[in-house]
Amino acid sequence: MKEPEVNLKLALEHGLTEEEYGWVCERLGRTPTFTELGIFSVMWSEHCSYKNSIALLKTLPRSGGRLLVGAGEENAGLVDIGDGLAIAFKIESHNHPSAVEPYQGAATGVGGILRDIFTMGARPIAALNSLRFGNLDDARTRYLFEGVVKGIGDYGNCFGVPTVAGEVYFDECYKTNPLVNAMAIGLVDTKRVASAVAKGNGNPVFIVGSSTGRDGIHGATFASEEISEKSEAKRPSVQVGDPFTEKLLLEATLEIIKNDLIVGIQDMGAAGISCSTSEMSAKGKSGMKINLDKVPLREHDMNAYEIMLSESQERMLVVVKKGKEEEVKKIFDKWDLHCEIIGEVTDEENLLIYHHGELKAEIPPVELVLGGNAPVYYRDTKEPEYFMETLSFDKNKLPEPDCISDTFEKIFSSPNIASKRWVYEQYDSMVRTNTIVGPGSDAAVIYIKETNKAIAAKTDCNGRYVYLNPKEGTKIAVAESARNVVCSGAIPLAITNCLNFGNPYKPENYWQFKKAIEGMSEACKYFNTPVTGGNVSFYNESPEAAVYPTPTIGMVGLIENLENVTTANFKNENDLIYVLGEDYEEIGGSEYLKVVHNLVKGDCPKIDLQAEKDLHHLVLNLIEQKLINSAHDISEGGILCALAECCIIDDENPIGANVHIPIKTREDFSFFSESQSRIIVTVSQENKEKFEEIASKSFTPFYFLGIAGGKSLNINEQYQFSLNHLMDLYYNSIPRKMNAKS
Amino acid sequence: MKPKFGVVVFPGSNCDYDAYYSLKKVLHYNTEFIWHKEKDLKGSDVIILPGGFSYGDYLRTGAIARFSPVMDSVFSFAENGGIVIGICNGFQILLEIGLLPGVMLQNESLKFVCKDQYLLVENESTIFTNKIGKKVIKIPIKHGEGNYYADAETLKEIEGNNQVIFKYSSKEGKVEKKFNPNGSLNNIAGICNRKKNVMGLMPHPENACDPILGKTDGALIFKSVIENFTN
Repeated sequence: MKEPEVNLKLALEHGLTEEEYGWVCERLGRTPTFTELGIFSVMWSEHCSYKNSIALLKTLPRSGGRLLVGAGEENAGLVDIGDGLAIAFKIESHNHPSAVEPYQGAATGVGGILRDIFTMGARPIAALNSLRFGNLDDARTRYLFEGVVKGIGDYGNCFGVPTVAGEVYFDECYKTNPLVNAMAIGLVDTKRVASAVAKGNGNPVFIVGSSTGRDGIHGATFASEEISEKSEAKRPSVQVGDPFTEKLLLEATLEIIKNDLIVGIQDMGAAGISCSTSEMSAKGKSGMKINLDKVPLREHDMNAYEIMLSESQERMLVVVKKGKEEEVKKIFDKWDLHCEIIGEVTDEENLLIYHHGELKAEIPPVELVLGGNAPVYYRDTKEPEYFMETLSFDKNKLPEPDCISDTFEKIFSSPNIASKRWVYEQYDSMVRTNTIVGPGSDAAVIYIKETNKAIAAKTDCNGRYVYLNPKEGTKIAVAESARNVVCSGAIPLAITNCLNFGNPYKPENYWQFKKAIEGMSEACKYFNTPVTGGNVSFYNESPEAAVYPTPTIGMVGLIENLENVTTANFKNENDLIYVLGEDYEEIGGSEYLKVVHNLVKGDCPKIDLQAEKDLHHLVLNLIEQKLINSAHDISEGGILCALAECCIIDDENPIGANVHIPIKTREDFSFFSESQSRIIVTVSQENKEKFEEIASKSFTPFYFLGIAGGKSLNINEQYQFSLNHLMDLYYNSIPRKMNAKS
Repeated sequence: MKPKFGVVVFPGSNCDYDAYYSLKKVLHYNTEFIWHKEKDLKGSDVIILPGGFSYGDYLRTGAIARFSPVMDSVFSFAENGGIVIGICNGFQILLEIGLLPGVMLQNESLKFVCKDQYLLVENESTIFTNKIGKKVIKIPIKHGEGNYYADAETLKEIEGNNQVIFKYSSKEGKVEKKFNPNGSLNNIAGICNRKKNVMGLMPHPENACDPILGKTDGALIFKSVIENFTN
């Protein structure tokens, strides 16, 4: 095939701007070759270069006591948990692939994030996911939902990582552009951490794992544009996952790292060989000479451009210590995987790509990479028109519902609140025998073998809050994820983030992004939970509008003593129920307002970070002193939903409750308010005095709510819900929607 | 001599380590891994074929693993009365190689299912169960193809010979369709061969051994086997 002539028109078709194409020519001092143009276009795409976000991301707190590897330094962040062990974790989006090919899109999202973890030398010990879809009454939404869940399940189940927690929300704004964010957590010996670096003149460069095909060419570029009617044609840029090969790759990779055979290793995700060769070289201030003839191919007639841009999955680039080639090959042979030397590291900071004896590309790696000379932009911001309008909502003009019981049942069975068991039963949540608390509680708890420790993990983000108030809403996402791990008995350690926003060239979207970063920065500093890395996904738009800005937070916490593991469900009849924290009758952005009044209005609940932090201290202190038997945070749906969950989350041993919820002004406000920084706890009768003494001395207000016990949830001597009925609403609501014919 | 467990590792096994860990570190039994390319069973008294997705299960579950070199040795070992336990994917491999009768279909729901499951010990007189007794135990299941099927004649035979060891049940031990998680014939969760030295079961006892994780009923099966050896 004759290569097309490289000119501005072709550059624009590749997604580069005129200005950017000018820079390419200037930096090279000539017109790029076709292969070079391809490499620049993917490396300078939003997906790889973070060109429109990196300047703001650098304002986030990215260091802290326990951080061993900070954001952006390696494939994932790394946090010290003592005993010579560290936790590597990261979250990443696979939104656009999932929008056109839900099963493979989601599956390869899981595969990609797992590789980021095990290239650090860490064995994946848990997977989480954060999902957003349209309304389940829509048939295409059900197709996407079903495919994404199956894709995540099939990949993780086969690979052998327990999928232990996450969140799923449904809202019309995600209809054509669902969000699929996958997170993985790995455990590594701090002495065996691998780095994504290439150095040492003459060290051989290996490609290992799957062979290279034409799948996924321009996947990174596809991720950097809006979803439209034309997106369906991009189905071929979605890669195909092979979890079996990934499992073999995991074992072989950990073996070569353990045997100290390598200098550096990087996963091949977006932009394939282009990205891994240039990033590893740039990091090591070195270069590489690569011969593409050596790359194992699926189709032999692939040209240099295609090989460099392929996003075939389950591949790694490895720089091996000279002299260790045979040992490395032996290990990959054992696992029946390809392992080929495709080049070597050079001292010259230059990337040389040969194919059929011809030099196809010659680029200094620093020109290509984030942190090097890839473009960095600050975009214009503008407060969106809706913002003042939604803020001006007056809740007092809202009609009171006729029947509180019906209203509650409607909210409690809304897919956003109802149990996600339909989802998580499709995930193996137990493999590797570390799962102390699996899906369904506030956070998952994973045992760290041969220690007395565990880690707690959860993802959180209420996109509706962030839409109504990007800064405060993002603070809430951080606060809630911290609260969730605290309820499990863990000290929050650090976060990873997945920032799902619209097109950054629209000033309103960039305003949301900027405000969200401000809020995240403030909250993370407050909780001393630095950002260890993550992912930005712009262009989450459909022809109708952008999705709600959704900065998903993945929080990891540490439980220093296994005895501190705490769960949400009521444990004993006659335990005393208390609420820690205070209600402000806040219904802006609530599930109540959306489900019952079909409104997305008002301000999101206010968040006082100091009050939140005080609450965390109190709860952890109570847990440490063994004074509480359960802890569950009050979030979407308000106190009534939280109470009902406490009653039935353990559906084998449900326990009812008799409670009195104080009404400030209106029942609907008090019952369904989503005021932050509130946790429901239970206390044994004999610990009442001690509990109240400690709670009184804290800065957190608290009040007695009632007593656990019986077969129903009784509210204010007025409303009664049988546990069986609550369980039916909670556990069967999503299955009923999924079984519905349309 | 303490009896020894050998846990076979196929490419794609992912509960191999779980079985090894639970047997060795939690229950403190003599346990060793056996790589699938080996023929030597390393003097094992009990062979575990673990759960997972051997060879990705891209063809049919267990269909390729049965041709692994180690399986020749496992087959003769079993024919000579050696004890073999196939868990989930291991059960599927035992069906494929013909050490156990019947086949495995996709779950009736066409979905993978992972949850804690009650099992009624149907035959309490095998070496796998005689120290448990006729009771209900709780062990997790996690599979996409656990819908056990056999033709009428085979079914009659295995039921007649008391080869059905575990059935899916309620907490109280009721064996009814609504407690069946995958559509298996007569709620069958685990069976053994005619000689009762080879057992296949879909539930994962190795995931229910460690008290730290709050589930220990799985250990009852391994303990039963070991006690039969030591007595």
